[in-house]
Amino acid sequence: MSTFKKTTLALALAGATLATTAQANEVEVLHWWTSGGEARAANVLKELMEAEGYGWQDFAVAGGGGETAMTVLKSRAMSGNPPSAAQIKGPEIQEWGELGLLGNLNGVAEAEGWDELLPEVVADIMRHDGQYVAVPVNVHRVNWLWANPEVLEAAGVEMPTTLDELFEAGEAIREAGFVPLAHGGQAWQDATVFESVLLGGQGSEFYQQALVELDPEALGGEQMIDALEDFKRTRELMDEGMPGRDWNVATAMVIQGVAGFQLMGDWAKGEFTAAGLTAGEDYLCAAAPGTQDAFTFNIDSLAMFRVSDDEEREAQQALARLVLEPTFQEAFNLAKGSIPARPDLDMSEFDSCAQQSLADFQRTAEEGGLVPSMAHGMAVRADIQGAIFDVVTNYFNDADMPAEEAAERMVSAAEAASF
Amino acid sequence: MRDSLPMKNTSATPLGPAAKRSTPSGGLQAWLPRLVLAPSVAISLFFVYGFMLWTFVLSLTSSRMLPSYDFVGFGQYARLMANERWWVASTNLMIFGVLFVVICLAIGALLAILLDQKIRQEGALRTIYLYPMALSFIVTGVVWKWLLNPQLGIQAMVQGWGFESFRFDWIVDPDMAIYTLVIAAVWQASGFVMALFLAGLRGIDDSIIKAAQLDGASLPRIYLRVVMPCLRPVVFSAVMILAHIAIKSFDLVVALTGGGPGYATDLPATFMYAHAFTRAQIGLGSASAMLMLGGVLAILIPYLYSELRSRKHG
Repeated sequence: MSTFKKTTLALALAGATLATTAQANEVEVLHWWTSGGEARAANVLKELMEAEGYGWQDFAVAGGGGETAMTVLKSRAMSGNPPSAAQIKGPEIQEWGELGLLGNLNGVAEAEGWDELLPEVVADIMRHDGQYVAVPVNVHRVNWLWANPEVLEAAGVEMPTTLDELFEAGEAIREAGFVPLAHGGQAWQDATVFESVLLGGQGSEFYQQALVELDPEALGGEQMIDALEDFKRTRELMDEGMPGRDWNVATAMVIQGVAGFQLMGDWAKGEFTAAGLTAGEDYLCAAAPGTQDAFTFNIDSLAMFRVSDDEEREAQQALARLVLEPTFQEAFNLAKGSIPARPDLDMSEFDSCAQQSLADFQRTAEEGGLVPSMAHGMAVRADIQGAIFDVVTNYFNDADMPAEEAAERMVSAAEAASF
Repeated sequence: MRDSLPMKNTSATPLGPAAKRSTPSGGLQAWLPRLVLAPSVAISLFFVYGFMLWTFVLSLTSSRMLPSYDFVGFGQYARLMANERWWVASTNLMIFGVLFVVICLAIGALLAILLDQKIRQEGALRTIYLYPMALSFIVTGVVWKWLLNPQLGIQAMVQGWGFESFRFDWIVDPDMAIYTLVIAAVWQASGFVMALFLAGLRGIDDSIIKAAQLDGASLPRIYLRVVMPCLRPVVFSAVMILAHIAIKSFDLVVALTGGGPGYATDLPATFMYAHAFTRAQIGLGSASAMLMLGGVLAILIPYLYSELRSRKHG
């Protein structure tokens, strides 16, 4: 081969291999904030980073609950080339920490006073072995009920506060010609509705025993059977075409006035905001029926990976600092629909739903009722969560399975889930 | 009477390996094909068979999120056998695989026979039937998902025409959803099978057909009893390819039903992916992959053996 060709070939190969690693002073961030409201929210962080002179390489992987993103992350980590930061949350942060792949954020934590700033329950999740490895971005509440006031008015119903009221309101809405409960038949959505119904019908203490501590008696007992039967009843409120539907398409059904209610976390508020609607007027929010004294939290966080490049580490530290700064916290949470991870923020810009959420967060943190979301990976490990998903979604879609059998399967799901 | 002719003693020497020359270029020429193919063979051996071996090793460990080498014997296989979703997935693969292969063969053969009748515009028709093969399974899955959606697709259309009681909501019915996979996959692959059969039909000697016609056989009879048996190699190729498409169907499931209502349309490929990666259970996922491999080999090896053996004799 001529020298010219050899050089070109070498350069091409070098260029190709450099393509996927972060350049100096740049962070590569893996996330799944890809729907309308979420993407806008993530963009705020990108702009803040770029304003400080750091580069931002976006690595967005779509897929509602983050499943696809986590798989991509694992393959990147296995190949020895993890991104600078990734949207990892809950117990999974501990699993990654155990593998020794996460970097240390203690410097930023001390400089910014995270220990005093963050509530204990939040800070615990961000630490591994006593060291900060992740920065919380927001606090989502999962047990919300969203409604379209026009549909409610047409059917002549009020916002339900108990499960029985929900079923009654549902019947009235069905007769008025609307879909009572908009839902997407995907496993994580089924599980989201299930945990809200369980929380509403059986209380937060039972939730803690069954879905967080995985107590076999709680999982197989009468209360679980009642919760499962309530859950199956909600299927009567849904429409035929719900299997496989995406969550934001279901929210769109409420926005457009096709459906009355949706049981979904407060990231649905981002969709309402992106559609230009105002809380309290164009859409209503309330705690899921029966869960007024409980708060199911889902904390998004960015975990930082261990990197060897000094400049990249500097960019990571800047990223961690910027995430918890009031500017980003306010902008991101206003766009996303969640409440800030730092409780000392001025909430006057936030709408009535967010202010209520924050008040409930602080109240339940003191009085009890603050529980991690099982359906969103905050309570139990991925494999146990997956096994519970299987039981829940199969039961929901099987017309013949009795609740007793499903409860038995829950018990074996929690036991056989792992080695 | 051929046997009575004397054997001619020709002086032509047979070509081939027997004609070895002792010059270096001659030696290199004999080895050249092997040298050229060696990298591909080495890569296949390593990346395909080597990694299969690695998967087998992993299926004997308790690997969770990333591979570890903490051996637990056949514990993962025991867990797999006790997993209800695995049995649903395996049953689905049987149903889907058998229906897909049989229906594709039938439709492909029928289309090929019909196209073989020297009709006008045969080229255009052939292209139309072959087009679905050019689509990716994701596109097929999404399109059929819309078509089969009871509120948007065929059911809505026919009900709109006035047949209020028409129902075609298989895709949301846990018992029938697996057949929607068959519909979409057959639509995609039949054209390809048709092309294979058409090529085979065109390769059949006309004289055989003429001889059968002289004997007074009707056209269907000719096709059934004379032509199709000649196409055994084509059927063999078609089955090989279709079986591999059936087992590989991951993207079709994800696009069409996402695993189906609940996990009613789960296939071993999606089961393995969900457990090995999403649920951080690499050990269990590897065990399911090995069982998939075992199942495939159990069916294909006897078929391969019988076909290749009979080819030598027949």
